[in-house]
Amino acid sequence: MLTDIIIVLAIMVLGIGIGLIIGNRAKIIKIVGVLTSFSIFLLLFLLGIGVGTNNKIINNLDSIGIQALVLSLGAILGSLICAYLTYNLFFKKK
Amino acid sequence: MKGSLIILSFFVLGLILGLTRFLPESLLESDFSIYALYLLMLLVGIGIGTDRNSWKVIREINIKIVLVPISVIVGSLLGVSAFSALLSNISIGEAMAVGAGFGYYSLSSVMITEFHSDTLGVIALLSNIIREILTLLATPLFVKYFGKLAGIASGGATAMDTTLPIIVRYSGKEYAIISVFSGIVLTILVPVIVPLILQFL
Repeated sequence: MLTDIIIVLAIMVLGIGIGLIIGNRAKIIKIVGVLTSFSIFLLLFLLGIGVGTNNKIINNLDSIGIQALVLSLGAILGSLICAYLTYNLFFKKK
Repeated sequence: MKGSLIILSFFVLGLILGLTRFLPESLLESDFSIYALYLLMLLVGIGIGTDRNSWKVIREINIKIVLVPISVIVGSLLGVSAFSALLSNISIGEAMAVGAGFGYYSLSSVMITEFHSDTLGVIALLSNIIREILTLLATPLFVKYFGKLAGIASGGATAMDTTLPIIVRYSGKEYAIISVFSGIVLTILVPVIVPLILQFL
């Protein structure tokens, strides 16, 4: 798994390098944006297939939804509390 | 919102094809999604590299601003850890991997699927989409009770694009740069922090 992760991150760093070399060209940025969207669609489509053929997930879809919601609420509430502290300590104009 | 609906519809389309086993068995069983992930990571990298605006925003900043994404990271990870106590099926580490998506549902769910499991990947997808939708709906309320950084914090990685308009509307234009900065930093950190957490599971 570690090797996979390193490969993925190395590919992203390679991409950043390519991006820096290409520079700020509107046309290329647009094409890259469109390709990015398509690869995200493809990946989520593949994820859908994987989930659809996985009985363990299909039989537990309701509990998965509730778990997702609980984690979202935790992430949001935690962020809000930290942001509240940061705002009052460092950003609020006295 | 429109973007997340399109993405969800691709997911649902795949789900239906998988459920009905409409596709040839060889396609259903073979897994070439890791190569699609490689392609996506290359494109995400190129996107970051070519976008001079994001580098400019980062350079122009007063050091205090880094506290914003740090608050989001610390808050998200502590929040999901605490709430994972309510869930018997999810360990703290798994909850943190989901939370480390910071709303960037497409990338975080795919990485978690590849490096951990389909089940947690789906939880990450739904959880991070819910995060974006709740931010879009409830930012006025969040700003009222938690201060002007609230929408930026709740939006996480999406504060640079999809949730930016609502954040600017309720916190004010002077928070736009802070919002974009925080969103960019979190977007860049998602593909680093998510695998890092999964590594320790």
